[in-house]
Parts: sequence; C-alpha cells; structure tokens
Amino acid sequence: MNLLFQQVLNGLTLGSIYGLVALGLTLVYGILHIPNFAHGALYMVGAFASYYFMTDMGLHYWLAMLLSGVVVAALAVLSERLVFHPLRNAPPIHDKIAAIGILLFLEAVIQMLWGSDFRRMASPYNGILNFDGLIIPEQRLLIIVGAFTLMLALHLFLRRTMLGSTIIAMAQSREGAFLVGIDANRVAMLTFAISGMLAAFAATLYAPINLVYPAMGHLVIMKAFVIIVLGGMGSIPGAILGGMILGFAESFGGFYLSSDYKDIIAFSLLVVILSFRPTGLFAKGAH
Amino acid sequence: MHRLASLLSGRGSRLFLLACALVFPLLAKSEYQVYVMASAFIWAIAVYGLNIITGYCGQLNLAHGGFFAIGAYALAILTADHGWNFWPAFVAAALVAAAVGALVGLVSLRLKEHFFAIFTLCVGFIIYLLIDKWEELTHGAVGIRGIAAPDGLGLVDFSQTVPFYYLALAFLVLAIWFAGRLAASLLGRTFMAIRNGDALAQSLGIDLMRNKLLAFVLSTTYAGVAGALYASMIRFVGPEEANPNHTFDMITYLLVGGFGTLFGPLAGTVGIVWITQSLQFLEDYRMIIFGPLIVVLVIFMPRGVVGTFLGWKLRKDTEAARAKGPRAGAKVAPAKEANTNA
Repeated sequence: MNLLFQQVLNGLTLGSIYGLVALGLTLVYGILHIPNFAHGALYMVGAFASYYFMTDMGLHYWLAMLLSGVVVAALAVLSERLVFHPLRNAPPIHDKIAAIGILLFLEAVIQMLWGSDFRRMASPYNGILNFDGLIIPEQRLLIIVGAFTLMLALHLFLRRTMLGSTIIAMAQSREGAFLVGIDANRVAMLTFAISGMLAAFAATLYAPINLVYPAMGHLVIMKAFVIIVLGGMGSIPGAILGGMILGFAESFGGFYLSSDYKDIIAFSLLVVILSFRPTGLFAKGAH
Repeated sequence: MHRLASLLSGRGSRLFLLACALVFPLLAKSEYQVYVMASAFIWAIAVYGLNIITGYCGQLNLAHGGFFAIGAYALAILTADHGWNFWPAFVAAALVAAAVGALVGLVSLRLKEHFFAIFTLCVGFIIYLLIDKWEELTHGAVGIRGIAAPDGLGLVDFSQTVPFYYLALAFLVLAIWFAGRLAASLLGRTFMAIRNGDALAQSLGIDLMRNKLLAFVLSTTYAGVAGALYASMIRFVGPEEANPNHTFDMITYLLVGGFGTLFGPLAGTVGIVWITQSLQFLEDYRMIIFGPLIVVLVIFMPRGVVGTFLGWKLRKDTEAARAKGPRAGAKVAPAKEANTNA
C-alpha cells in the first residue's frame, strides 16, 4: 500500500513539473506556432538564478523563486524581441534553428559561469510529513500544491482578465484578434513572459529534490514536447493532462519495469502515439 | 571582382580546391593539422548527408548525430568485438545506418514540419540513451577500444595520419560528387519541389513518402559512412558520439555554409572546424559565440556563405546579361535559379 502510494506521489510530483513546463511551451506554440527548443534552457536558467539568489545573496526560497521568475521572464521576452520577432515571416525551419541557437548560447553561458558540476539546492522544506504511515516529503507536497496553484492562477488569468483573454483570442484566430484591435506584439511578449516565468517556477520547485546542472533542461524539454504532442499542440488542458499521464507512466514504469530505461518510456510513448496519430492525440484539425 | 566570382564557381575552381586538398599534408606545419583536416572532412561527409534531407528536401532532421553514432558503433562492435575485417564491417556500418534510417523514416516522415523536428529530436535522444544504457551491446559509458583502422590490403597503412587523410579525402570527393549528381538529377529536383511545398509537390504527382524516405535513407547512409570513418580514425567510441550537441554542431556547419548548396557543407564545416581550432581556449564555451552566430545568420543571412555568394553572382550574371540584351538576360536567370534558391 505504502509502496503504491509512493509511486502515486512520485507520479504526481513529476506530472506537476512536466505540466508546468509543457504549459509554457504550449502557450507559445498556440500563439506563435514556434516549437521553442530554447524552453528547456530557460528552465535551466531559472534553476541557476534561484540557486544564485539563495546561496550567493542569501535570499529566502520564495523570494529567490519570484526573482528568478522575473529574470527568466525578461530573458524570454528578450528572445522574442531579438530573435523570434524578426523571424516571424521566415520559413518555419528558421525559427527552430534560431531556437537551437538560443539554447546553445544559454547553456554555454551558464556553464562558463558555474561550470558543469552538479549542485544541490537547499530548500527550507526538508521535513517529512507522516500521515498514519503514509510518508510525504514536504518538498514534494509543495511541488504538487504549488503547481496546481499556478495552473489555477493561469486559468483564472486567461479566462477572467482582459489581458489574459487577448492571449486566448490570439490563439483562436490571429486575424480575428487583429480585427478587434489586439496588439500582436504585446500578446507575444506577454506569452513569452508567462512561459518563462512558469519554467523558472517549475525549475525552482523541482531543483531541491533533483540537482542543478547545465544539462538539466535537456530531458525536461523533450518530455515537455512529448506532452504537448500528446495533449495537442497549443492545448492548455492537454498540457496538464499530458503532464500527468507522462508523470505516472514514468513513475510506475520506472518502478515496475526498469529504472535504467525510465527516460525512454516518454519517447517510446511519443513514437507509438505519432505512429498511429501523426498529429497528436487530441489535436483538432491538421497542422 | 566579378571575374573572380565566375572563377570561384566554375569547374576550374573545383579542381583547384581538390589540388589544394591534395597538397595540404605537404604544406601543413604539423601532423596534427593534417589530423584536424581529416576529421573536418569526415564531419563534412555527415553534413552532406544532413544537406540532402534538410537542405534539399526541407525536413529538419534533429537525429542526424544519432545516425553518425550508429555508424561509428556498428563499425566498432563488428571489428573490436566480433573480429570482422575493416571493409566488410565498413559496408555493414553504412547498411545498418541506412536500415535504421529506413525504420525511423517510415514513422517520422509521416509527420510534418514541427512534428518531424520534435520527433527526430526525441529519436536522437533515444539513440543516445540506448547507447549509454545498453551495456551488453555498447559497453555503456566505458566505450569501445581496439577498433580496426581501415585495411590498406598490405599496400598502405591507414593507421598513419597522412594515408588516412587521403582516404577521408577520397570519401569526401565521392560524397560531394554524388551530392552534385543528385542535386542535378530529377530526383534532386523532386526533393527541392518537396522543400518548396508538400501540397505543390503532390499536385505535380510526386509521391511524398517515397521521395522523403529516399532522401532520409540517403542522408543516414552518409552519416553512417562518416561515423564509421570517424570511429576508425579515433579508434575509440563512447556514448558522447551520440550527444545531440553533435547534431546541433552539424546544423551550424550547414547553416554557415548554406542550406541546399553543393559547396556549403564543405565551406561551413572546414571553416568552423578551423575557427574552433584557433579558438582552442574556448573549447566548451564555443557556443557562446556560435549560438548567437546561428541566430544572426538565420535572421540576416539564411542562405549561408555559399548561398549568399551564389545569389550575388546570379544577380551580377543577370545584370551583365541584361546589359548585352534583354533576351539573353531572360535565358540566364531561370536556368540557375533552381540550384541556388536555398
């Protein structure tokens, strides 16, 4: 019972993190139709920024997370302004290559500043809660609660505020959004900012139970891509659901099958899905 | 200036390039330089493969480095673990890369644009993970030592740097020759039609899947050949050969040289390999320069060095022809356009 519960908890934790990263990716894809390969690098920068604010400046965990969110959001907006905006009319292959360029650059900069060592990020929540034999590490609980709070906040922002609705409108129809006077540049910047912030929050939440290192974004970004293909490119509920599916698949697959090959599960899932549904599981129409 | 341009793109310049490559070992200051050049040639062969699927056919394949590693590992496993002779193992390595390419292509090429890029990115990572974890076959992180050098059949010793250099050069010339024939053939034109638009190509009666698959298998075969040569030069392979960063390196080479051009892969690879060599102190940080370089190139010079040069030359040719008479101008332009639009 307890073992099973641990796997469920593990799946929820992984799923929350994957969901947050995939959300940012899917938002950007929905608006600009760019598969942002640099998103994993933003996630990694987010972890390092928090690490810096906590260890070098001695800030509190939450404050570090907030600042890291601001830094990464600014970075994401900058990448939109300097790179993706000038390429908006270029063939789609150019966006992808440019995104790879950003990814390589950010990784190299972080590696130069911090080296490629693995680092441990301390979190103030190291305790373990014990509910009648069910053991829950505080940080995992924090991840799950934090992720769901963020998802709810994003949902409210997108549905209940004017600013948020412009993103939805733009995702639904570019021309329609222009017709009602929505400024495409503002929406693009806003979307990149949200996506970067989500990546930084996800990284800061997850880093204490994982490690911080320059290559930490590689697997996460690829899994996030698997998730948004699974959930339909541009779909927000799809990203959350897909994140959960992948989180549980990995947690249970790693436990019952083989922990060596658990990272391959995500990609095998993708291969199987795309073999049968070339446009993803829940995709509407052709891409 | 204009005369120089026609000199550079004509048949004579190709022979000149070849002659330079042939005398390079005599002029090189050290054996190390010859070694670097040989490795640049090997990478260039792989980049020619990438150029077929990405440059001519327009499908961004992010697993190319994986196929390079498959070629390298196939040769390593066959010669070091199973005691095969070099040449049969070499052919087998190319065939393995082609066969895996065909399998991957069958699934991945049903996907369009972003999906194809994402899928191949994942395939590249699966190859990396498999090589790293499948210890029975690949010896995992330890890697494989004792790989055979190319068999000189008692005539030449290819474990020496200079003979190996000529071997790599021979394969490179073969690779360029084949790529050139391909680009000029109906098949090459078919690939370019697919690049210009799936729907358009289909309306011309082109079988998309068959042609894309052919381009993909050709490109993975190139990667396999290059990987096998690389393994026989270094005489050691490890999981790092499959690192997705190699794919990104190759994309950089191709982008700098020029997508879909015949001499872009060569110019980009040799140029960047030497720049990297002269920036040795950067080593791991070279991406601080190359990352922004990729972005700047894609925004301001998406056709690369060779593509931009050809475009410039085409304009000059047209102007020169127009100056002579309007009819001649009309003749020159369409004939060359197909080769240069990247």
